[in-house]
Amino acid sequence: MTSLVELMDYDEVIEKYDPVLGLEVHVELHTNTKMFCGCANVFGGEPNTNTCPTCLGLPGSLPVVNGKAVESAIRIGLALNCEIAEWCRFARKNYFYPDMPKNFQTSQYDEPIAFNGWLDVTLDDGEVIRVEIERAHMEEDTGKSLHVGGATGRIHGAEHSLLDYNRAGVPLIEIVTKMIPGTKERAPEVARAYVTALRDLLKALDVSDVRMDQGSLRCDANVSLSPKTTGALGTRTETKNVNSLRSVERAVRFEMTRQAAVLSSGGEVIQETRHFDESSGSTSSGRKKETAEDYRYFPEPDLVPIAPSREWVEELRGTLPELPWERRARIQKDWNLTDEVLRDLVNAGALDLIEATVVAGAKPDEARSWWVSYLAQQANTRGVELSGLPITPAQVARVIELVNTGALTNKLAREAVNGVLEGEGSPDEVVEKRGLKVVSDDSALEKAVDEALAAQPDVAQKIRDGKIQAAGAIVGAVMKATKGQADAARVREIVVARCS
Amino acid sequence: MTNDLIHTTAAELAAKIHSGEVSSVEVTQAHLDRIAETDGKVRAFLHVDAEGALAQARKVDDAVLAGKAVSPLAGVPLALKDVMTTEGVPTTVGSKILEGWLPPYDATVTRKLKEAGVVILGKTNMDEFAMGSSTENSAYGPTHNPWDLERIPGGSGGGSSAALAALQAPLAIGTDTGGSIRQPGAVTGTVGVKPTYGGVSRYGLVAFSSSLDQAGPCARTVLDAALLHEVIAGYDHMDSTSINAPVPPVVAAAREGLTGDLSGLRVGVVTQFAGEGYQQGVLRSFQAAVSQLKELGAEVADVSCPSFDYALPAYYLIAPSECSSNLARFDAMRYGLRVGDDGTRSTEEVMSLTREAGFGPEVKRRIMIGTYALSSGYYDAYYGSAQKVRTLITQDFAKAFENFDVLISPTTPTTAFKIGERTNDPMAMYQADLCTIPANLAGTPAMSVPSGLSDEDGLPVGLQIMAPALQDHRMYRVAAAYEAARGAFGGPSL
Repeated sequence: MTSLVELMDYDEVIEKYDPVLGLEVHVELHTNTKMFCGCANVFGGEPNTNTCPTCLGLPGSLPVVNGKAVESAIRIGLALNCEIAEWCRFARKNYFYPDMPKNFQTSQYDEPIAFNGWLDVTLDDGEVIRVEIERAHMEEDTGKSLHVGGATGRIHGAEHSLLDYNRAGVPLIEIVTKMIPGTKERAPEVARAYVTALRDLLKALDVSDVRMDQGSLRCDANVSLSPKTTGALGTRTETKNVNSLRSVERAVRFEMTRQAAVLSSGGEVIQETRHFDESSGSTSSGRKKETAEDYRYFPEPDLVPIAPSREWVEELRGTLPELPWERRARIQKDWNLTDEVLRDLVNAGALDLIEATVVAGAKPDEARSWWVSYLAQQANTRGVELSGLPITPAQVARVIELVNTGALTNKLAREAVNGVLEGEGSPDEVVEKRGLKVVSDDSALEKAVDEALAAQPDVAQKIRDGKIQAAGAIVGAVMKATKGQADAARVREIVVARCS
Repeated sequence: MTNDLIHTTAAELAAKIHSGEVSSVEVTQAHLDRIAETDGKVRAFLHVDAEGALAQARKVDDAVLAGKAVSPLAGVPLALKDVMTTEGVPTTVGSKILEGWLPPYDATVTRKLKEAGVVILGKTNMDEFAMGSSTENSAYGPTHNPWDLERIPGGSGGGSSAALAALQAPLAIGTDTGGSIRQPGAVTGTVGVKPTYGGVSRYGLVAFSSSLDQAGPCARTVLDAALLHEVIAGYDHMDSTSINAPVPPVVAAAREGLTGDLSGLRVGVVTQFAGEGYQQGVLRSFQAAVSQLKELGAEVADVSCPSFDYALPAYYLIAPSECSSNLARFDAMRYGLRVGDDGTRSTEEVMSLTREAGFGPEVKRRIMIGTYALSSGYYDAYYGSAQKVRTLITQDFAKAFENFDVLISPTTPTTAFKIGERTNDPMAMYQADLCTIPANLAGTPAMSVPSGLSDEDGLPVGLQIMAPALQDHRMYRVAAAYEAARGAFGGPSL
């Protein structure tokens, strides 16, 4: 059904065009209450149960600004190196859409709370790119529409639509970059790295759940191509519904190859909203608009201006936590890591886990070794992210402690970890249930050694003749007999002692 | 007895109810009977809530019998403009688009009235969405002026003022965006007060123009209005534009005014509000009022506020702009009217058909004007310029109040006009609010107090008194003193 879209080979795109990026990220704050009313700010729930006259936009209702949301907006602004407005207002963005209860969105227009900032973004190979931030402003989220019937799940062609206003009025911060030129072939990677860096920053600030899968972090990617021959700016498209970091990269790449094909065949890129499809990795045109949208912005008369005092702004600056790049620098120094190792840890999503394991008492090297080798393999086998494994850093630290005290061998430790991953409880519980204690009772070991020597008299004779290396076979037999729960070194000592 | 009760002021009714001389149920029933008897002609009410009113009255009576302290207006009946939400009681705002809607919540004003034991008789008629000066824009038909049933009772709050003049209620609530309390007060011979913007919570007031809308008290005497003012006023955390300051002492000021001494009070007569378009009867009534104020000891002089000449055009850009956005929510999706939902039409078509059918011509006119004025490319020329005029008007007020304690003018250029007389001429209709609009644009308090009857047509005339922001009590003092000096001027016969 869908007509094939002409795409240009990526290398050829780069040869002929310079991509220009612009990224708009919407972040849902995890404040206790919504932006303008007292309803709880929670994800999901039975449709339309988490609403009140204000977030339903009932006649007569009025908004009241959530002070905590303003605080979060300022902290985000400060972390992004922005200036904070001394005085700013909310504005109404007027357009009709059923999931917007008032048919206007209370947002900010020409007076954002934060503006003129930047964020340094580290690419996979360690190159750092500074992304300029245009603005960060406050607004409210809309409700959700569920379109029933029809082929696309979108409003056109649907038989009917259901509306859920639980999300209406959830506090949003929209963070808009300035144009990002000069990224060349790395444009898709830069887009992903920027959203990743922003996500980590917002997580460190503890202002949002930053779950792209739940929509608490949403990215709209603006892409245009500038022909190398003229250097003129191209027409941009805005791709929405980009719900994962990988999708950000794919969507940008797709748009570059699509736009290049359009341009090279003599066509024009239409300025439009496009929709990213996860399964095909392609974008498709959103609803065509015959006229340019005029939102008729004007200052929201139901709210008074926001004038954060400089004292308050400085106080909030003091509450900024260690930011991700500061933390990475500290960890690299403290753990004595090379740039390359650090980058691998960051890319593997292991840094947080290792640090938490260290905080729980493990040594950095031990913690790192567990997370990047055995646990990484387990995650790989299970097809989950490292952080998605059902084991906590504290549990990993406990396993390491058990090894260090001699209670577990490395092999037993891996079994203990397996037990935790299987949901059998804490490491101590698994050790107990699976009977994983190291056999440290010498008399039991002596008995096992004697039995092994008796079973392999020729080997026993070799040892007695001084061929100590032959002891390995006896040690192996003992380990087998004790199901690996013996300390191999101790068994070896006993074997040698019995044969001398 | 019944006849006495409907002629009695709210202050006196409260005293009688609280002393046990009469019950609130008796008082309430007397007013319900009066409504039943006269409202076929006046049509002040859109909805009478006899059951709710009597239940509230019984509660007050029980409290009085039990010897409990009750608030100053407990047990006294009131007519509530249909622009205020009332939980479980219809709220139409005079529009078809909200026909049948039962709000799930009370406006702050409604809540405060209930908590004060005030008995809400019902909801009064109004121009649709408070847009108009005659109640002729109500989707439910016009209200008639009790002084002459052929004439308009003013608007938008014509229902509330007509109910007072018709002795259907001793108290009423109005809302004033450009004069919707004061102009109806003037043409029905009743008192109407627009408090300082932010003095009374707007939570639950169905918005017309957010930066101008202000609820206020309506009554037949200045003291009654003051008593009601203190019930409904005060900071409300549900309204960000509500002022967090003590309520001006309006009751004390009204009582002080009743002593009749205004010595040393500086009164400014706004020179812009006279001349062409003003009836001679209105101007003569105003001059008589000026003379009376002088006799009371006031020093009266002229003051010019030149930017007031631009108030009307500025208002007719700002108010429609805000209303075009405020009224966007009436789209058939969540409540109220839904037209054309037959399974074949798109959401946009249903929205459009509903708004086409649900809004009256004046509302559509203002939505269109406002949508245009806010459009990209026109914003600066229209909305932007109007906001500058607003600043100039505020400055004119501030300058005038450097030399004067209060400013005065006629409330309206003319007495009540005939029903139908101006319906085809919006500009003539808009002129009715010429004198009242500046106070809305500046957010300052203003009120209308009757200055007797016009010697031309025998219809009521209003005197407008304006004060600086948060000095609402000043105008109450002047109004009460003037009211006592003026004396009775009779009432309509129904």
